[in-house]
Amino acid sequence: MTRLAVRSPRDQVDPGVGVPEANRRRWTPRWATGLIVPFAVLAIWELGAVIGVISTRLIPPPSTIGATIYDLAASGDLLGHSVTTTWRVLAGFVLGATVATVLGAATGVSERFQALFDPTLQSLRNIPSIAWTPLFILWFGIFETSKVLMIALGVFFPVYLTFSGAIASVDRGLVEVGRVYGFGRTTLIRRILLPASLPTYWIGLRNGLGLGWMFVVAAEFLGASQGLGYLLVDGQQTGRPAVIISSIVMFALLGKITDRLLVSAGARLTGWQDGYIRETRS
Amino acid sequence: MIQLHQVSKRFDTGLLAVAAVDLRVEASEIVAVIGPSGCGKSTILRLIAGLEKPSSGSVDVAGHQVRGPDRSVGIVFQEPRLMPWLTVERNVSFGLDHDDQSGGLVAEAIGRVGLTGFADALPRQLSGGMAQRTAIARALVTKPPVLLLDEPFSSLDAFTRIDLQQHLLEVWGWYRPTMFLVTHDIDEALTLADRVIVLTGQPGSIQVEIDVDLARPRSRTDPGFHSFQDLAMTELSRSSQGRTDPAQVPGSPSRAPSS
Repeated sequence: MTRLAVRSPRDQVDPGVGVPEANRRRWTPRWATGLIVPFAVLAIWELGAVIGVISTRLIPPPSTIGATIYDLAASGDLLGHSVTTTWRVLAGFVLGATVATVLGAATGVSERFQALFDPTLQSLRNIPSIAWTPLFILWFGIFETSKVLMIALGVFFPVYLTFSGAIASVDRGLVEVGRVYGFGRTTLIRRILLPASLPTYWIGLRNGLGLGWMFVVAAEFLGASQGLGYLLVDGQQTGRPAVIISSIVMFALLGKITDRLLVSAGARLTGWQDGYIRETRS
Repeated sequence: MIQLHQVSKRFDTGLLAVAAVDLRVEASEIVAVIGPSGCGKSTILRLIAGLEKPSSGSVDVAGHQVRGPDRSVGIVFQEPRLMPWLTVERNVSFGLDHDDQSGGLVAEAIGRVGLTGFADALPRQLSGGMAQRTAIARALVTKPPVLLLDEPFSSLDAFTRIDLQQHLLEVWGWYRPTMFLVTHDIDEALTLADRVIVLTGQPGSIQVEIDVDLARPRSRTDPGFHSFQDLAMTELSRSSQGRTDPAQVPGSPSRAPSS
């Protein structure tokens, strides 16, 4: 049997270029590669503090921060602050996301509802949500209510905008399949619009949660006696940068953990998607 | 089974898509509509499906005026339009009221399109041909007396297309539904249809009807098939050149090939 082959110069890849690349990747997996820079920075930082190049009074070395986190944790303070802050974020998130989901679904499905509400919501969106803080404190006092409402407001907009947009952009072909089967509005929402917009909706939820963590800091800056945001202010006022950085580390950690939980819950619901969620996970 | 009487359709944009179309499709007949793109062939299908309302004239299916989509009419679109979050089986049973009570029907429809064993696959795991077969099974699951096909195979490769055309003929042999097929592929029309309607465009109206009296199964290499190809091609190119002078088609709008 005769085999014919045509090889254009472009197809000819020098094997010497590709192979070592693949080998290198196998020896150091990507997650490990990503750790090189942070660890290097930490090492230089620590070293700089030890030899006196960095002023430890303003920039405490990683070892001091680690010790501070340990002390805060051992006294139970860290847990208390973290629980308070997490509770505020989750309460605000649930509240904001629920209202956003209901309104987003309504404006996404009904043109009349959209004409009625969307312009108002779109213009309110342009106000930086933190600008509401003084008003919220006047209205709802300095305690939990105003804080949770601030966070809810921050969560609301990304979830609302993403969800109503996602529903409005569901493939018209799929919607028409529903029409062919004589689906009424509620059946259409339940069986086509909601499942089809779920992956995008989940991205909106993640953005909302991220903003929730941002807003809890703003809320706790203003008159809190408990919470990681309070710890930030306290660290500043008592001149303890290690406490501030410990608090920042906790924010990063808790933000990442809650995001992960949301992602894995979403992955189960949107596993049918063509590699979309999976690629945007990390 | 399907009857259009002086049907015109003008869209909100003012475009007259279909003008004064008279059309009759008998029960168990396979009719194909060909015509240049934008000639209103899909609009005619959507009028029969109840997805569009005629501006004037009447559309009847099974003796009743069409007022909207109906379970007695199955539709296969150009794209599979599967719900990406549902398995093949759940997609096929999508329009059924009680999924659990019709397991037999769903399995039968999946079997008829040759997808047995893929019931639990998700759409993203299917090839284009398999996805379109799933769409055909979804349309078949209620055994609708009328099956409308809107360029169902036009986005598939040539091999898959011929394969699915055979599947479609087998489906017809199963319970002999009335089939109305919109296509831009002359060979496809001549392979499948008892009658081919050539539309002329803007606004869409019937230029000529061709009775395809070729024995089945049909072979594309048969000399008789070639003469029908020539005839259809001639009519189609006349149709794409714009409105035909009605005098060119004297008497009956239906005519047999000259050979």
